[in-house]
Amino acid sequence: MSNVGIVIVSHSPLVAEGTADMVRQMVGDEVPLAWCGGNGHGGLGTNVEAIMGAIDKAWSEAGVAILVDLGGAETNSEMAVEMIGEPRAHKIIVCNAPIVEGAVMAATEASGGASLREVAATAHELSPS
Amino acid sequence: MSAGTLDKTGTLDKTGTLDKTGTMDKLDLKTLISVAADTIAAHAEELTGLDQAIGDGDHGLNMKRGFEAVRAEADIFATKPLPDALKAIGTKLVMTIGGASGPLFGTLFMALGKEISAEPDRANLMAAFGKAIEAVAARGKSQVGQKTMLDVLQPVHDALLQGKTGPEITDAADRAADATVPMKALRGRASFLGDRSIGHMDAGARSTALLVRAVTETIEGQA
Repeated sequence: MSNVGIVIVSHSPLVAEGTADMVRQMVGDEVPLAWCGGNGHGGLGTNVEAIMGAIDKAWSEAGVAILVDLGGAETNSEMAVEMIGEPRAHKIIVCNAPIVEGAVMAATEASGGASLREVAATAHELSPS
Repeated sequence: MSAGTLDKTGTLDKTGTLDKTGTMDKLDLKTLISVAADTIAAHAEELTGLDQAIGDGDHGLNMKRGFEAVRAEADIFATKPLPDALKAIGTKLVMTIGGASGPLFGTLFMALGKEISAEPDRANLMAAFGKAIEAVAARGKSQVGQKTMLDVLQPVHDALLQGKTGPEITDAADRAADATVPMKALRGRASFLGDRSIGHMDAGARSTALLVRAVTETIEGQA
């Protein structure tokens, strides 16, 4: 698929899955979508390995936009991007946006064939700063 | 384990972990890993207690899991050239500590591995450690004074640059961790508490001080 992929990373698998459900309802199957949540040991948290897996699953040559919740999700997502490395790393953006609204808006933008930069910018517009 | 001391002028004597030509002994890497893992395991409950006060209460458990995973593969790490060994240890910590600490402690070791030479002398070691601290700061988008592990790493780096002895370095690390108590957290989960984070020691600063002690005392042959 040539549309930008969306990855949702929450500390809670329930939040991540629920957000993905909302995205699916909005945009159907037009964007590659993956989510992950939890620390990998049954607790709340995020982990790099799962994030790398989600990026693989939602991979698109057009790039992948990642939506995160709290700070650790952002740190771990950036770590995952670094470990994936080039040439794919420069096609991945960790968005500064609220996770649910950001994911829905980014996916909607992506479903219309927008570029990674446009998708990320749309999500960023939701951020207060 | 060969014994050696950091002398006052900041050079390591020939019986130390870093020998006269600055070569790190592979056996000593295994000892370092083992002592570090023992230290973290012995303080896991204390670290978790600190984290429960102002974080999410899993720091001790997470750190223990990470360092036990490194210990389990110590033989493999010890066969690699030092830069590759440190990078591999960092990657292992990222994958096994989890949480926000995994990338931070992992980055410290990965960046050290990236910057260090296969046979480091003291100058290279200092430079690599400095770069690794910068990498941790970038990863956490943080800086000194924000109640994090950086508040221990930076004073330790300063002490090393000043040619302090081993006991002085571990002392500086302990005092630096204590100094995070009155700080207000500006990064990480603790920052959500704002002023209520004041009065508690940062768990990451404490675990960093513990690791500094483990490494320094091993090099000093006191462990």
